[in-house]
Formats: sequence, C-alpha cells, structure tokens
Amino acid sequence: MEKQPKLLGKLFISVFLLSAFTFGGGYVIVPLMRKKFVEQLKWIDEQEMLDLVAIGQSSPGPIAINTAVLVGYRICGVIGSLIAVFGAILPPLIIITVVSLFYAAFRDNKIVSLVMHGMQIGVAAVIGSVVISMAKQILKKKRVLSVIMMVAVLIASAVYKVNVGLVVITCALIGLLDTMFRARREKAK
Amino acid sequence: MILLQLFWAFFQVGLFSIGGGYAALPSIQQQVVNVNGWLTMEQFTDVITISEMTPGPIAINASTFVGTQVAGLPGSIVATIGCITAPVMIVLVLAYLYYRFRKLAAVQGILSGQRPAVVGLIGAAGLSIIATALWNGTLFNFSFAALNPAAIVLFAIALFVMIRWKPNPIIVLVASGIVGLAVYGLFPALL
Repeated sequence: MEKQPKLLGKLFISVFLLSAFTFGGGYVIVPLMRKKFVEQLKWIDEQEMLDLVAIGQSSPGPIAINTAVLVGYRICGVIGSLIAVFGAILPPLIIITVVSLFYAAFRDNKIVSLVMHGMQIGVAAVIGSVVISMAKQILKKKRVLSVIMMVAVLIASAVYKVNVGLVVITCALIGLLDTMFRARREKAK
Repeated sequence: MILLQLFWAFFQVGLFSIGGGYAALPSIQQQVVNVNGWLTMEQFTDVITISEMTPGPIAINASTFVGTQVAGLPGSIVATIGCITAPVMIVLVLAYLYYRFRKLAAVQGILSGQRPAVVGLIGAAGLSIIATALWNGTLFNFSFAALNPAAIVLFAIALFVMIRWKPNPIIVLVASGIVGLAVYGLFPALL
C-alpha cells in the first residue's frame, strides 16, 4: 500500500470526481465506484466490493454515502471513511447551493438541457456495461440458486417495483437458510 | 434555533430512508412539507427536478436546497451534516463488524444471498435509465415510434467503448454530454 497521506488524497479525489459527475443517485454511483476501486485502482476485490454494496444498501441513508463510508473504511479506517464521505457530499453541496440560487435560469437553459440529454445516454451505457460484467461474476459460479435470485430480483424490481428493503431482507434470509442447509447436509455425510 | 431544527429534521430523513434514491422522498416530504412547512408541495417538486438534473443523492440535494432556502449557507451545511450523521455512524459499525466477522458462516450466508440481489437491483435501475435515454419513457410503454435513433447510436458506441476498453466512465459521460450538445444542437430534429 502507498503512504497514508497520498492514499487519502487519492481516495478523496476519486470519490469527489465520482460524486461530481454522477447523475441519478445511488445505483449509478455504486457501479462507477466499483469500476474505479476494483478495476482501475485494484484496492478492493470483486467479491468484497459486492459485499460492501450489499451492506451499503441495506443500511439507512443514501447508498452512495454508505458505500463511500465502507470503501473509505476499507482503504484507511475511520479517517478514510470520513474523508470519503466529505468527498462524496462536497460536490452536491456546492452545486445545489449555487443551483438553488439560479434555479429558474438553470431550468430553462437550452445548452444545459442538451448536455444533460447526452450525459443521460452515456450513463445508460456505463450502467449497462457494469451490469454485464457483474452478472458474469455471478454466472461464473454456476450456482442455479444465485442465477434464479438475480433474475427474480431484476423482475421484481423492474416490473413489480417491489420495495428495495423487502428484496434485501428476503435475499439475506434465503442466503442464510441456504448456507445452513448445505452445512447440515455436509455434516450428515 | 432554526439550525437545530434543520439538523434534527434531516437527521430523521437520513435515519429513515432505507434503499436510497426515491425511497428517501416520502420521509423528506414529511419533514420538509408536512411537519416544518419549509417548502410548499410545488417547491418540493422543484427539488426533485433539480435532483434529477444535478449529480448527488436526492436526500443530500434536498437537504442542501432546503437548508439554503431556510437559513442560507450555514443552513445548507447543517442540514447536509444532519442528513449523513446517522447513516455514517451506523455504516461505520457495520463496516467494523463486517471486517471482524466476515469469515463466519452466517455472515457469509447472508452476503451470498445479497450478491445476486445487488446485481438484479442495479440491472433494474439500469433498465429504467436506458428506457428514459432511448425512448424517453418507461419499460412498459416501449414503442418503435418513440425510439430516438441518434440516442441508440450514441448508446451503442458508448456501450461498446466501455466493454472493449474499460475507460474511466467519467470520460465517457463527458464525451456523451459534448456529443449530445453537438448533435442535438446542430440537428434539433433528432431530439
């Protein structure tokens, strides 16, 4: 690992930039964080990142903030998580304070709305690519239960708009029961 | 006094919004419109619009916006800190527990159920974003007539670039913003 001040600086800048350029809330920033910290910086491995996201979304509060706390904690302990949270809230704090002063003009600006439109398409492509690579990780394990759960959650959430909290708790229970049953079966052998 | 009220109101928003994004809206509305009357329902709708147009979590955006309206810059800072206090403390405890106990079978079991769920949830969010970007609608009102050809081309190129070269996503976002401005600005008929 690199020296701590340098590491904290890098962590702050990474989270700050992710937060500054991420439109559309938690499910957008989380895949981007994964891309940054797993694929580019290689600070966290794939499996661990999925765990951190799972914890982040089952606790109260904005997912982006929660995941920033977890990533920061992983990299540099409590200091790291405070730095990461600071980096995550600073861009919206600055932008919204400015925007709320000029809201009417901003809303009607033609150039702003065209740039936004283009970025929206970019966001769609980035999320698409991230979901493809995350799904590959699940498929690679060749566990039927996991694949069924992934598809079921996708349908439940996209089609039936099932409450996220309910999905998270149900899947945690299924995972827990599955692990217990398998442990018992191994013992029986 | 008003700063204390702001802090307490957004402390509750942070504490009671599980699931992120739009899940936070009801508790924000309750605190800001119903309990404290800081915003009218119309202004609250504006907050949602701003949140969609700007980066950042909606709960943070709402606290900053309301804080600024109610008590200026100090208000925006206090409200935002209030909003993240409870989540940060809770998640720190969970982070500690995770790294302490992650080898336990029960924790592994719970997390093994969460992993496919995370992929499914992000996939669902991705589908609705794709629907907005490509035919400006939802998953349920797809129609060929509403499909935007320029958006499909831009989407396909961006997706290919992401999968093939794995660049920093921010580069792709900025590039699509510039391309969007250029294409739709020069050929408004494509919009």
